[in-house]
Amino acid sequence: MIDLAIFLTLLATGYGFGRFAEKKHYKSIIQREKQFRSLPAIAVKTPPIMDESTNSQLVTGNVVISVDYFKRFISVLRNLVGGRVTSYETLIDRARREAILRMKEKAYKLNAKYVFNIKFETASIYKGRRQQIGSVEVLAYGTAVIPLTAS
Amino acid sequence: MLLTNIEIVPGKRITSHLGLVQGSSVRAKHVGRDIMASFKNIFGGELKGYTELLQESREEAIDRMVEQAKAIGANAVLNIRFSTSSIAAGAAELFAYGTAVTMEDR
Repeated sequence: MIDLAIFLTLLATGYGFGRFAEKKHYKSIIQREKQFRSLPAIAVKTPPIMDESTNSQLVTGNVVISVDYFKRFISVLRNLVGGRVTSYETLIDRARREAILRMKEKAYKLNAKYVFNIKFETASIYKGRRQQIGSVEVLAYGTAVIPLTAS
Repeated sequence: MLLTNIEIVPGKRITSHLGLVQGSSVRAKHVGRDIMASFKNIFGGELKGYTELLQESREEAIDRMVEQAKAIGANAVLNIRFSTSSIAAGAAELFAYGTAVTMEDR
């Protein structure tokens, strides 16, 4: 009986805090994406020839995001019937966008105009005792191209 | 030292290729952080401690790669790639590799 009570409390806190955190995070992601729209991140390997002289530098951004208890429970249920695991989809989506934004923030501080050759690296870094994936790390990296005249 | 993950750097010319350079670092998190992380696994959200830890270890891997590149007389590392692998429970290896070259302004 106590076990059930603990379980339900965990579910409820996970649902409440998780939802709140996700909403807040998405709000901040959308707002910052607008802010950095003028600094495009391009998945092209060879930058076009530019008239101005430029500097290049590696920029990286990483983030580790964890799912909440409720979503983990939902995904366990989802495992039984199969199909899209939406609770993990939003997790990965948030992590990727956040990683890009952090990379762009660094590029912005360097007065970069573009970021070329974006690559992602995703790793599940925390495995609980029951080998459930608890959180995901996403690294985004690319080359910031900085016009020399701007700096 | 110029570090990029593209192969052709605008405004620069490669004078010689010196081969692959690499750096890695294996890190474990301390127990306190693991406990904090397991709490966060209930509430959800970012694990700031882990983000910092991984960032630091990745920087260390880059530093080791740069050291190696300097030792063979390179002034740039091109086409850098990162790779992460968990080698044991609670420890992760962060690996950075790239091509060391010498470059000059065009």
